Amino acid sequence: MNEIVPTPVADPAMPACGRAPIGLLCELTHRCPLQCPYCSNPLDLERVAAELTTAQWQSAMRQAASLGVLQIHLSGGEPTARKDLEDIVKVAAEVGLYTNLITAGVTLTRDRLEKLRDLGLDHVQLSIQDVDPENADRIAAYKGGMAKKIAVAAWVKELGLPLTLNAPIHRQNIHNVPRIIDFAVECGAGRLEIAHIQYYAWALKNRSALMPTKEAFMKTYEIVEEAKERLKGVLVIDFVVPDYYAKYPKPCMGGWGRGIINITPSGKVLPCHAAESLPHLTFDNIKDTPLADIWMRGSAFQMYRGTSWMKEPCRSCDRREIDFGGCRCQAFALTGDAANTDPACSLSSKHAEWAKVADVESHATSPELIYRRIGGAKTTAPADAS
Amino acid sequence: MSQDFKRTRVVITGETKPAMPRHIKLRHDAGRGRWILLAPERLFDPDDTAVSVLKLCDGERTVTEIVDALSKEYNAPIDVISGDVVAMLQELADKGVLVSADTPNA
Repeated sequence: MNEIVPTPVADPAMPACGRAPIGLLCELTHRCPLQCPYCSNPLDLERVAAELTTAQWQSAMRQAASLGVLQIHLSGGEPTARKDLEDIVKVAAEVGLYTNLITAGVTLTRDRLEKLRDLGLDHVQLSIQDVDPENADRIAAYKGGMAKKIAVAAWVKELGLPLTLNAPIHRQNIHNVPRIIDFAVECGAGRLEIAHIQYYAWALKNRSALMPTKEAFMKTYEIVEEAKERLKGVLVIDFVVPDYYAKYPKPCMGGWGRGIINITPSGKVLPCHAAESLPHLTFDNIKDTPLADIWMRGSAFQMYRGTSWMKEPCRSCDRREIDFGGCRCQAFALTGDAANTDPACSLSSKHAEWAKVADVESHATSPELIYRRIGGAKTTAPADAS
Repeated sequence: MSQDFKRTRVVITGETKPAMPRHIKLRHDAGRGRWILLAPERLFDPDDTAVSVLKLCDGERTVTEIVDALSKEYNAPIDVISGDVVAMLQELADKGVLVSADTPNA
């Protein structure tokens, strides 16, 4: 039995639902009580006044199910910041979507979680910034987060919901990977993501404070391999590699416009949550255009779908339908052209230069963290967190 | 942690009563013409044999009874299929797709 990966969109004769995205990432809001300096939200955060209404999100759920989406990921920001989360989950469950709540947990209550479960929530993914409470508070610029997360993990289990812990890994917490694994076992999590952060948006801004050394990264790989074997049947561990230390780029989003679709808080429909970093693209909004039309014909989706947009060395590469040339946003950020090979690829002409950046930055003294907040990308660390 | 939520590995034996937990959903995906197994942040594509096996994992039948039922369904000798079925069930349990009805393990 294999894992299902996104299906190609190439065959126009195939019915629309056969070419539908399998996953929909819903960024319900960009509001979040935490200020993690590696946040995957864009530097230019969307304001609450621009957010979709309850009815618009419910319509998005119905449209997603009709299109053939199977799983939805309710994320943010912090999705529980929306008071109508229950109304959205209710409709998602009614139309048969597998619903996943991706939360930092600190603003959740047991009553609310119980209600969400009763409405049909299928799974909870809880983030942790570290297992060391003081360091976790410092990384998230939020006091007392750890105690709340421990409580939330216990509620998830008491309520009979499956629990995934997501631990973003970087230079500031990489020493605690073994303790994070132990913590996941203690909590009764079924899955743990040891996710080396990806260097876009806020993380790219903070890269030199967050990039681990290659030696430290390799050690986490060995620790996770050992733990996977030891914890078989107890804990599934997913390991996400920082692509600065990979030989080949990751197939970002499983290929552009192939299997994943993303809706921002204001309703913009993106092929990837970082796609707004590509200034030459325009994005349709679910307020104006049906989701199916955007998926099938939206200009941003068509731009890098398939392989015809590729240049060399991707165009003639045997791996072009395996990794799809890596990440368009990373290619743009580091080479100035989104159609270039992602520098994460060893075949990119920029690869040596880029690998050196990670080596130099990870060995230099770490600068102050730049915290994620509206307008924060232009300022230095907040006074209360340094 | 005040309460012990630690999970234990389900080791498949003849007496195990395997079941899919509430959050694992076996569905026929009409649009794509295939069976799918929905799991936390995962989708699997069970083949026809796996679908037949999973449909028998109702928390009531033991593994021995499941092997017996499959033996009749496929007209295959028990001793020929038993090892494969147990191996498949163990793999499914290790992926978190099956639990034992006697020791729920969300």
